[in-house]
Amino acid sequence: MNTRLSDSRKQLLRRHRKARFFSFVWALVTWLGAMLLGVLLYQVWVEGYKWLDMQFITSFPSRFPDRAGIKSALVGTIWLITMVAFISIPIGVATALYLEELSKKGWVSRMIELNIANLAGVPSIVYGIIGLTIFVRGLDLGRSLVSGALTVSLLVLPVIIIASREAIKSVPTSIRHAAFALGATRWQTTWAHVLPASIPGILTGVILALSRAIGETAPLIMIGALTYVAFVPEGPMDAFTALPIQIFNWISRPQQEFHELAAGGIIVLLGVLLVMNALAIFIRYKTEQKLQ
Amino acid sequence: MAGKQIVATLLLISILSGSAYAERLRGTVSLDGSSTVFPISEAVAEEFLAVQPRVRVTVGVSGTGGGFKKFLAGETDINDASRPIKTREIKFAHDKDIGFIELPVAYDGLSLVVNKKNDWVDYLTVAELRKIWQPGSSVTNWSDIRTGWPRQKIRLYGPGTDSGTFDYFTETINGKSGASRPDYTASEDDNTLVQGVSGDLNSLGYFGFAYYEANKDKLKLVAIDRGDGPVLPGPTTINNGTYAPLSRPIFVYIRKSALDRPEVMAFARFYLSNAAILASEVGYIPLPDFVYEKAIRRIERRETGTAYHHNVELNAANLLATQ
Amino acid sequence: MMRPSAVIDNGMTNCTMANKVIANIDSGMQTINRRRVRWGELLIQSSLALCAMISVVTTAVIIIVLVKENLGFFYEVSPVDFFFGTRWVPLFEPSSYGVLPLLWGTLSVTFGAALFAIPVGLASAVYLSEYASRRMRSIVKPILEMLAGIPTVVYGYFALVFITPLLKEFIPGIQVFNALSGAIVVGIMILPTIATLSDNALRAVPDVLRQGAYALGATSFEVTTRVVVPAGLSGVMASFLLAISRAIGETMAVTLAAGATPNLSLTFLESIQTMTAYIVQVSMGDTPAGGIAYQTMFAVAGLLFLVTLGLNIFSQWVLSRYREVYE
Repeated sequence: MNTRLSDSRKQLLRRHRKARFFSFVWALVTWLGAMLLGVLLYQVWVEGYKWLDMQFITSFPSRFPDRAGIKSALVGTIWLITMVAFISIPIGVATALYLEELSKKGWVSRMIELNIANLAGVPSIVYGIIGLTIFVRGLDLGRSLVSGALTVSLLVLPVIIIASREAIKSVPTSIRHAAFALGATRWQTTWAHVLPASIPGILTGVILALSRAIGETAPLIMIGALTYVAFVPEGPMDAFTALPIQIFNWISRPQQEFHELAAGGIIVLLGVLLVMNALAIFIRYKTEQKLQ
Repeated sequence: MAGKQIVATLLLISILSGSAYAERLRGTVSLDGSSTVFPISEAVAEEFLAVQPRVRVTVGVSGTGGGFKKFLAGETDINDASRPIKTREIKFAHDKDIGFIELPVAYDGLSLVVNKKNDWVDYLTVAELRKIWQPGSSVTNWSDIRTGWPRQKIRLYGPGTDSGTFDYFTETINGKSGASRPDYTASEDDNTLVQGVSGDLNSLGYFGFAYYEANKDKLKLVAIDRGDGPVLPGPTTINNGTYAPLSRPIFVYIRKSALDRPEVMAFARFYLSNAAILASEVGYIPLPDFVYEKAIRRIERRETGTAYHHNVELNAANLLATQ
Repeated sequence: MMRPSAVIDNGMTNCTMANKVIANIDSGMQTINRRRVRWGELLIQSSLALCAMISVVTTAVIIIVLVKENLGFFYEVSPVDFFFGTRWVPLFEPSSYGVLPLLWGTLSVTFGAALFAIPVGLASAVYLSEYASRRMRSIVKPILEMLAGIPTVVYGYFALVFITPLLKEFIPGIQVFNALSGAIVVGIMILPTIATLSDNALRAVPDVLRQGAYALGATSFEVTTRVVVPAGLSGVMASFLLAISRAIGETMAVTLAAGATPNLSLTFLESIQTMTAYIVQVSMGDTPAGGIAYQTMFAVAGLLFLVTLGLNIFSQWVLSRYREVYE
């Protein structure tokens, strides 16, 4: 065999060995990254599961770890997220409809689009500062659920708008043309045809945005929700605490038992997130079936 | 469990004094302020819930100074304070026509702590403390404090500038309130400091005695020598004044106009009648009974003002004399 | 393959044609609608437009609040002291307002996070888009998305309770609050951003390019590193920039894990303070105050806002400027 040929053969072998080696490396690195989720969940579960019982869910925070619970935090989170949903979904979907269907595609809508894209990247703590300055102080709403809900709504609004726009965009133009052809006005088309067709996509985006809202801690700390609250809020003007705040409070205590309580709180928080995401998948599945 | 016993005792108290709490109150009581006083207020709020479940009590932490800012802005009803109100704050209250009632609730011994595994520090003198903490301090290693101690970089932990503990410590040790070296880990939340010191061999920190009590197994207490031998803080030494100069009374301040709301009045009364038990439970030293009795009379008569002006030394004798 | 300019031209023509069609429909609609002014629809339209304006108002409010408080701050503190000072002790006497230590704290955490997340994220993206079977993808991608959905306070817990004790096993001298632990946990947090966005970018690279390269005898490694990644580079770079911007704005994990000591430390083993952690510290102590200490919060927030905004705009620019257009 000619040496040249064997050289290039060797080279070829080397190249293929390298390719095989790296195909292994990519997979390994990816799995190591994914395994971090496992490590995290395992750590949380091992520390927290023994605190999970009805007493934990139905008790108020306490200075004794074995009497402490997350009732006020859980109810606070449910209040907060419901209010955020009522504020941010109509505004977000309306904005998306306006930008996609109704606005003249001029510099105004381009500016709004650019603006929303940039708002999505503003750190949550900056929203916290705005919430503190405008809602808590400026409008004198105090450290209430309303202040919290408005602040978090501003934070998730860009996410909802962007997701809704994607969903609206993916509605085939033929549906609009069909409606126009039958003499529907622009708004009738949008309301009766485009919106229903885009609901599965919008819902998915909305639920993902609300999941993000549930975990937000920094803005709520900024508006002053970090307090001992041993009651359930009954109206939007009440003071409140929320799950991530209660978790933060427990983490920052030095005693081991409180760290374990924090882990218990995290399990509940992740559980709520899981339920919401399952709901998103379920809704999408159901509505997609109906549309077909 | 100590906790259960206390709950039982308190329940008994509340049943015995049932007539006073018979009416079901509603409304909100908001507290904020010092993290040093927080454990007592939290405990009181938690127990108050058992007698008046319809009253909503919130307890926040933002340091004595931060708390006074909210208190004087009318945002809170009661302020937890680990130092008496300052002249500047009194003036502000006066300008805004806010009457406040000062109530001492317990004694605290400001505690110097090091890591559990630290085997070289036995005691510190007041002069050494000043050398460590004064502004522009040149202490960077343990060996800079006393010869023979290791040449390890010392890491300092202490309360943030909004904390009454900080004001009190700097005034007592460095001679001027607020005068301190700035290059230490500062937090308004004493829990953060406990975590820091307990996890770091070369650390030195200071905070309220209660946080030491709650974390005894993680920290080592340092005795303080002001000239007549090293003294460790503890219930006896803080109460009889031998742990000096770092023991002090801690307070709550109540806005006079808030007392017109029955729920605030009930809460204040409850606070003072249970402060002794709850304070010692969370690691503070209760005041003599007659001080609490006088304090209750104070809220009943709405006696406003402070007993502490900037030239009055903060010690047990004064506290009793001015009540 | 077409020349890029031709592709763009072609795209433009398509676009204009489509627009013309829509414009025709529009004018047709208008003639029909002109007979009767529909007040109801006008009302609906304007209220929707009003909703759309809320986002603009939000931006305006953010900017006005930050500018207003910053004017107050820079009236007292000279910008030179703020941007070039090396001591950040705003709450002590004598005070000093050099933001560099905070900026340094943020940058070191971000740098450490990027050092971990960029290689791992890119490798995952390559694996997902080029190597993984459909089944594997359907397992791994949701896992990464779940990592992205975990609240940041949970990462803070993870850093304090798991990562720092683990680090202590290997580096006994490490402090409880340290930059390294913060950097690692922020790295884990931004990993999914890089992996999923880069994966999208790589998958957008047309198969023709891969097939061409394979036909020339390239190995899978060569196709990936010399054809696919360069072709999707704009998207990959944009994902890096977005992830870095997220790392800079991250708050809870670094507040819990990295400490509260602003300094210019070079080692990752000491307690530091990031810009975000400082804002939290002030807000927990001293929110109602006016005055200079309160305004430092806005000065730092303003800087944070500018830096993240700059990075976001830069990433959008990278995406549009260097996008390779394929038929």
